[in-house]
Amino acid sequence: MAKGDTGPRLRPPRHRASPRAITWWTIDAAIGWLVLLLPQVVALLVWGSAKPWLTLTVIGTLVVGALHTAVMPQWRYRVHRWEATREAVFARSGWFNQEWRIAPVSRIQTVDTERGALQQLLGLATVTVTTASAAGPVKIAGLDVRTAQELVDELTRTTMATPGDAT
Amino acid sequence: MTAADGVMPAPPPPPEPDWHRLDARMMAVKPVTEAAGLLLPVILVMFVGGLSPWKLWGAAAVAAALVLSGLFRWLTTSYRISETHVQLHSGLLVRKERSVPRDRLRTVDVTSDLIHRVFGLSIVKVGTGRNDGAGSEDELTLDAVSAAEAERLRQVLLRRAPARETAPDEERPAGGNPPLAALDHRWLRYAPLTLSGLVAVGAMTGGAFQLLQQLDIDPRHFGPLEEAVRWAAETALPVVVGAVVLVLLALVIGGAFVIYVVQYWHFRLTREDDGTLRVRRGLLTTRSVSIEEQRLRGVSLSEPLLLRAGGGARCGAVGTGLGTGEGSELLLPPAPLSEAHRVAGEVLRCDPPPTTTSLRRHPAAARQRRLIRALVPSLVVAVVLAAGAWIGWLPHWPWLVAVVAVPFFAWLGLDRYRNLGHALTSRYVVSRGGSLLRTTVALQRTGVIGWRIRQSFFQRLAGLATIGAVTAAGEGVYEVLDVDLGDGLALADAAVPDLLAPFLETPEPG
Repeated sequence: MAKGDTGPRLRPPRHRASPRAITWWTIDAAIGWLVLLLPQVVALLVWGSAKPWLTLTVIGTLVVGALHTAVMPQWRYRVHRWEATREAVFARSGWFNQEWRIAPVSRIQTVDTERGALQQLLGLATVTVTTASAAGPVKIAGLDVRTAQELVDELTRTTMATPGDAT
Repeated sequence: MTAADGVMPAPPPPPEPDWHRLDARMMAVKPVTEAAGLLLPVILVMFVGGLSPWKLWGAAAVAAALVLSGLFRWLTTSYRISETHVQLHSGLLVRKERSVPRDRLRTVDVTSDLIHRVFGLSIVKVGTGRNDGAGSEDELTLDAVSAAEAERLRQVLLRRAPARETAPDEERPAGGNPPLAALDHRWLRYAPLTLSGLVAVGAMTGGAFQLLQQLDIDPRHFGPLEEAVRWAAETALPVVVGAVVLVLLALVIGGAFVIYVVQYWHFRLTREDDGTLRVRRGLLTTRSVSIEEQRLRGVSLSEPLLLRAGGGARCGAVGTGLGTGEGSELLLPPAPLSEAHRVAGEVLRCDPPPTTTSLRRHPAAARQRRLIRALVPSLVVAVVLAAGAWIGWLPHWPWLVAVVAVPFFAWLGLDRYRNLGHALTSRYVVSRGGSLLRTTVALQRTGVIGWRIRQSFFQRLAGLATIGAVTAAGEGVYEVLDVDLGDGLALADAAVPDLLAPFLETPEPG
């Protein structure tokens, strides 16, 4: 293909998420699909004979859910990458649709870690880097807790050392 | 960041300025405003189904509650402006004490509606340009102070270093600065090209029906309406349809004129000596918005389809701290396109205006993508409707309408592609897109505080990307849609030197 083959490319950021993130994303997706599936199964058991299309929706949900749960975490793991230099934070996320975020260290307002119940169980954390923009924070998800803490410390240090009013 | 919230340690020495109360007249205005909303229900309760003593007591209690709440608000609200901070204390049961550093203040919005004007009062809102994390912006509201106090606050709040305060200036003509733009009565011709008329008619119809309902009148037995229905029944269909369309059109156009006049009468855009841009407008509710020029990050030119067809455009500011209510970013109401460009140039002190820069078109893959995205949903809808009709669940006309609409969607897709474009000038990143609402945004390159680059699965296949310039101002991110990935990255790299470069690689040629 000639399309988009000219000019610069973004190189992948240096570091991957923790391999345990695959487990996290898998469980997370499975829970989501189960929430969708269970009421349907109950409905099927109760009114199954009267509403034959319920079987179809249950099968449909099962197939799509299984595919998504099998494919998405691996794909996501290959996409999710991050890197922090003295000047900027660089992160890639997503799977089917992908997103790169670059935030200069001089514009960083806060650096936090976030740990949901599942993440705590797996020893993972998400680092959230906010800037003055309403476009939302840069999130680096599924990091090993130690890595996340080191990243936060490092970013806090470099942010302190870099002048700028963040707007 | 949290240091700005809550109680600050009292700012040191210079004589503590006094705490001010809101204007005492707000005690009268507040109950009147709130009572106006309650008037209709109260009257209905009083007179429908006869008077009874407990109803009178009820009304008296409501009135007393309104007056008391006004009194308490006045007693408990106070503010002061020190050298460094603006502080606002309010609330009786839940005491709120807010303190905002003065160098964070970005905009001052002074509004007075009719009732406030009768009492000579204004509402002052101060935008701080800080996101509270939930997407809404932090602001302080003083409801209400006297008009004179509002003017004093406007001047004081956005003034930074006293040194910048006007040195004697002989050049300045008496009576303020000449406006950068002022309402030209000929602009009224753009009023019908906005959708505000439709909105007005919709609101009026809704209001009328609610009134009929509350007055317990069945619209089917409402005199004038009944006669109209009888006339319609006796007249040929095409005449009726024609009459209805004419009446609606007249209402919509009339409504649009009224709304334009009410909102934009006395519109003036001026550059003040204290380094702010000031927009004043309004017939009944007057509004004055002051924007700190240093915090202006760009302008956006918006052309809704109809307005664009008529050669008109609106101009708005891209700035921080403009979250203080609808329309606070307005720099120019619907006006000729050339005027919008001129205002954009004047406001940004940039000649020629960056919005007139000739833009780089996007690749053919972008056209394909726009077309697919416009056509596929409309075709799916048509097919589903046709299938419904074939089974016999639906009449035939819906899918016929859907099929007729397909060319329109195709045109829409093509138009969206035609409008796509981007450019880089010495100081601005310019991006255009949209069809039903075409917007051209010129964003200061120094105002870009990061990049958000998105590629959907299909964009990756087509070698396209959506490059978003992240900024503290306005909507937070301004996008260049469906640009060739290489072009887009080159644009981003050139716009903000050194930010993206460490993360780029150039593929081997060949």
